[in-house]
Amino acid sequence: MTAPEKKVTRLEVVEPKSLQFGKKWDYAPSPESTDPVKIKPRYELFIGGKFTAPKSGNYFKTINPATEEVLSEIAEGNEADVDIAVKAARNAYEKYWSKLAPAERAKYIFRIARQLQEKAREFAILETMDNGKPIKETRDFDVPTAAAHLFYYAGWADKLEYAFPGRKTRPLGPCGLIVPWNFPLLIAIWKIAPALATGNTVVIKPSKTTSLSLLHLAKIIEEADLPPGVVNVVTGTGKTGDMIVRHQDIQKISFTGSTTVGKGIIQATAGTGKKLTMELGGKSANIIFEDAALDQAIEGVINGIYFNQGHVCCAGSRLFVQEGIHDEVIRRLKDRMQTLRVGNPLDKNTDIGAVNSKEQLETIRALVKSGVDEGCEIYQAPCKLPEKGFWFAPTFFTGVAQSHRIAREEIFGPVLSILTFRTPEEAVEKANNTAYGLAAAVWTDKGSKIFKISSKLKAGVVWGNTYNKFDPASPFGGYKESGFGREGGLHGLLPYVELTHD
Amino acid sequence: MTKTTRTEILKTYKLFIGGQFPRTESGRYFQILNPKTKKPFANVSQGSRKDVRDAVSAARKAFPGWSSKTAYNRGQILYRMAEILEKRRGEFVDEIESMTKTGNRKKAEQEVNTCIDRLVWYAGWADKYTQIFGTVNPVAQPYFNFTIPEPTGVVGIIASDELALLPFVSKLAPAIISGNTVVILASEKFPLSAITFAEVIATSDVPAGVVNIITGYKKELITPLAKHMDVNSVNYTGSDPAILKLLQEEGATNVKRIVAHDYPVGEGWFKPTAQSPYWINSFVEMKTTWHPIGV
Repeated sequence: MTAPEKKVTRLEVVEPKSLQFGKKWDYAPSPESTDPVKIKPRYELFIGGKFTAPKSGNYFKTINPATEEVLSEIAEGNEADVDIAVKAARNAYEKYWSKLAPAERAKYIFRIARQLQEKAREFAILETMDNGKPIKETRDFDVPTAAAHLFYYAGWADKLEYAFPGRKTRPLGPCGLIVPWNFPLLIAIWKIAPALATGNTVVIKPSKTTSLSLLHLAKIIEEADLPPGVVNVVTGTGKTGDMIVRHQDIQKISFTGSTTVGKGIIQATAGTGKKLTMELGGKSANIIFEDAALDQAIEGVINGIYFNQGHVCCAGSRLFVQEGIHDEVIRRLKDRMQTLRVGNPLDKNTDIGAVNSKEQLETIRALVKSGVDEGCEIYQAPCKLPEKGFWFAPTFFTGVAQSHRIAREEIFGPVLSILTFRTPEEAVEKANNTAYGLAAAVWTDKGSKIFKISSKLKAGVVWGNTYNKFDPASPFGGYKESGFGREGGLHGLLPYVELTHD
Repeated sequence: MTKTTRTEILKTYKLFIGGQFPRTESGRYFQILNPKTKKPFANVSQGSRKDVRDAVSAARKAFPGWSSKTAYNRGQILYRMAEILEKRRGEFVDEIESMTKTGNRKKAEQEVNTCIDRLVWYAGWADKYTQIFGTVNPVAQPYFNFTIPEPTGVVGIIASDELALLPFVSKLAPAIISGNTVVILASEKFPLSAITFAEVIATSDVPAGVVNIITGYKKELITPLAKHMDVNSVNYTGSDPAILKLLQEEGATNVKRIVAHDYPVGEGWFKPTAQSPYWINSFVEMKTTWHPIGV
């Protein structure tokens, strides 16, 4: 008896081809000069229009995460400093800002916008040095988008009576703004611009690891001659932020950061009547249907998860691929990942820079380890990582189940979890199977499908055939545990005002 | 010879969960006294945290269907509620009157009339609030970018104790017209009208589970509602800072939207300021979609 011959029903590629670039993708280094930036050896707090030494007397070091070199030392605000800053904000609110004609308020914001554009190169380089993100992102995204936000909201300052039908707006007073380290300048301005436009004054705190761009913005605010105390910058640690949150005269808190810290802020302010905006974590779904333009979709996957080293709250960290194209998507993704350049963030060719801190690197490593331990298959881009600094190679997992930690928890790093689906209903169900709800994307050739799937997704922002697009006119913010309140657009005004009948 | 007089049939006031009228699973009750005679008027279900959980399950089950109905259809159903309430005006007026010490019939009539008119008012908003609160955003890239309100999900409502029916209807209407499903803790003081209103809901083509009503003690029921991981928002009508603190502390577990602002007091419930599209706005989430433009 001979074994029955295997019946061939369709042709199969036994060994899928993959591109091998070798050294052909190497470019000569093209580092941006750091000459346009003068980093001072020490930075003070910016309170009441002046740079002043902290009452705490303490300073902490800030480093370049790509080299671990110390860039400067930064004042650490304590309770007394926070109190002085809030009083300065209150004073500025009563004395100047609330009495200023809205059109004049607008002009100050326009001034800041223009100066930021004039100093764009300085800010791009500074942000890259302090944060570790690639210069092409700070230059082409962070800084110009920040300036655009200022322009957008400056224009609202004297048009608020048209924003809410049948209602007038009233500012809230001193607002506490807590900014994360992933987009230090941009998110600071996401908050400052609407807060000032609606007539509030602010006390703002950057993340401990990324204070520099906001301190240079304080310089612009000083040079723009804003009334003293309208914007106060109190640098420090999480403790400093907590003091701002708990200060009695802070009327509003706008927080961007982790869901865990966000929940703590909600509890800390419970019953105080403080208004809150919470822009928290995410585990956003990036859904590719069989009819999508695949090369375009692959670019969207790369942009979705590897943009800013994956330090993006709305990162497309869960990729859902329709079963029929799974292998093809993986093959193309691997090809594309070979061309990603990881390294010196100041190099204009760099796609992926340094992880912002050692702590974050450890978080990423721990979650990646859990993925391996839980039996998922790991792939990492073949790249050489610099010896100094904090680095993580672009990574994805296949064979991921919805119950795995890497499919549920926010990694906040360049790590993608790939899952599959068969029907649109299944895609929606799986995409919504998360406590988060910040963003999502749909890739398909069919416009009607984008609208349909978008309407079913529990997410604040849905991108059709694109990812990580932002615009000052477009509201941003989450559903469910990704937070509440919106930043950007007309809807971004509401968190900073009280609506009144007269 | 025996003389026969007719004995009145008394109503059992039960909960309203998933379109049905179950008794509380706990088997407990509390008594509502007739304020004039001080005699028990009714034994009302003293709802438990398990009842709250059952109500949340029913509301979650009803959410996909209710939220995907057309705005026109939801408007029709709210209008139907107004029609049914109009036809049962007398019954509600009697009940409200009997529950108040002064037995002010005029006041009771005014309250029911305002409820009917308020339902009609919100019915008309069904297909309009999206046009008021939605935007098309002029982004500097080739995308059709728009923001529209969507229902928040399963919403808990804590009804005010100030009046029997009007605060209840004033919060219920904006919540369901925008596609949410709700769990309402009825007024502790005036639970009867809420349960009688469930009979209006049950006969107005409101799908089962869209509105669920629990009677009982706030002290006992607020915490499980605020803690529940499948409740997306709690809307509080009142000014007790301790309750607000409790809601925000417990609600943080799943980042619930705790809404407590702009509520009317006393006579304020009768005024036009006690109805607002901005109340609808507090029951929605804004979704922004970027749709590509190209050939």
